[in-house]
Amino acid sequence: MIDLDVALGYLLPWEFSLTWFAACLLAIVIYLRGLRQRQRRGEATSVGRILAYLLGVAAIYGVTQTHYDYLAQYMFFAHRAQHLVLHHAAPFLIALAAPLPVLADGLPARIRHFPGRSLATRLLRPVYRFLQHPLIAPVLFVGLIYFWLVPEIHFDAMLSADLYQVMNWSMALDGLLFWWLIFDRRSPQQGGLGYGKRIAILLAVIPPQIALGAYIVFSPEVIFDVYEVCGRAWPLDPLDDQRIGGLLTWVPATMMSVIGVLIILSFLNRDARNEDTNYVSQLAR
Amino acid sequence: MPRWIIPVLVTLWLAGCGEQAWQTKDISDLMPPLAFELVDENGNEVTADRFLGKSTLLFFGFTHCPDVCPTTLARLDAATQRMDEAVRDDIRVLFVSVDPRRDDPETLRTYTDAFGPQFIGLTGDKTAIDELTRRYRVTYGYGEEDSNGNYDVSHSSAVFAFNDQGEARLLIRDSDPMDAVVADLERLVEDA
Repeated sequence: MIDLDVALGYLLPWEFSLTWFAACLLAIVIYLRGLRQRQRRGEATSVGRILAYLLGVAAIYGVTQTHYDYLAQYMFFAHRAQHLVLHHAAPFLIALAAPLPVLADGLPARIRHFPGRSLATRLLRPVYRFLQHPLIAPVLFVGLIYFWLVPEIHFDAMLSADLYQVMNWSMALDGLLFWWLIFDRRSPQQGGLGYGKRIAILLAVIPPQIALGAYIVFSPEVIFDVYEVCGRAWPLDPLDDQRIGGLLTWVPATMMSVIGVLIILSFLNRDARNEDTNYVSQLAR
Repeated sequence: MPRWIIPVLVTLWLAGCGEQAWQTKDISDLMPPLAFELVDENGNEVTADRFLGKSTLLFFGFTHCPDVCPTTLARLDAATQRMDEAVRDDIRVLFVSVDPRRDDPETLRTYTDAFGPQFIGLTGDKTAIDELTRRYRVTYGYGEEDSNGNYDVSHSSAVFAFNDQGEARLLIRDSDPMDAVVADLERLVEDA
């Protein structure tokens, strides 16, 4: 029989981090408040979006503030899976849920109208626009994956508790920025990025991720020795560990791009429908 | 060329001669000072304080280890043999077994004595070992048992070096060249 205490123990954080804990808690509380506000006003929020958002936040919490984090620190492939969630899957779901209106409704009025708000917006807008430039965003997205996988940098990041948190936060934040840009609900006419550019970005980030994944999978020697230096969670062959990690960097990561393209096509389809419903209904007839 | 450039360059060049960098990984700012409550190879309970006053090298392993442990311990022995005779005795190597099921104090003593008098075996219960491995951000794990009851153990391959005050200084890897290890160990002892 499974020992309940032991099983529950795995749900506790390996290393408690106030930043991750508070960020996830706030993300959920503010969102639920927003949902209640909208319900009172009689505005509906689709169940699919709610589920996508909650699942995204829960996934981030799961890979950072449970015992999964232990595996991610002592197994290369578990670390790659953690980054797949932090940088690809969870931000993908959160951005797809387009939670901003709900979150805005959920913020206490005092915070929504805090003094200096316009100043903060003025200061942050140029930074945001720079990061979300269609040429900068994909470079940042791929560049960050490469950066943390430079062997010396990877070694330091896994050895230093502080740098480890910086690494994971940078992945999550960049993931949010990237998928936010891709799944912007504003149509190009409303100020969103053109759909062609979005698809181009999604396709552009595929080859470098394949190249990196393949390099790791086919490397005849151990590239990331920090898992030897710090010990593995169990005696798995170092090259097997590395190969699984390489595959995770390669296949599911690039699959996300393909799914993203399909979703953008559905956006295009929706816009076309909205623009000319008569035309679509004629076709259907 | 501005007039200040020569004095600045000279100062930088001279400053470069002062503090020579460690050749293995410097962990002074990364890791906490040495602390543990374990059982030594004579079956006595010991704490880290007992080992202050000499530079200490800390290594995690198990006596049934087929490759990494004997290689690393032999390398450490060779490195200390190459050090100046005067300082050779100022280094102690603590071999912490992460396999307490098979490594009792007596097994440990036989094992470490084979490498030299400066090697001391330590072990303890799981809680005590976990506390120490976690402190230095390393871990260990056990593989499946075969029909003879043998099993593999994953463990850290690094050697953590502490000065005579027990402050963390270096992380020495298998891949570090012998000359670098010897030079750093000599400096570690001389700094004391």
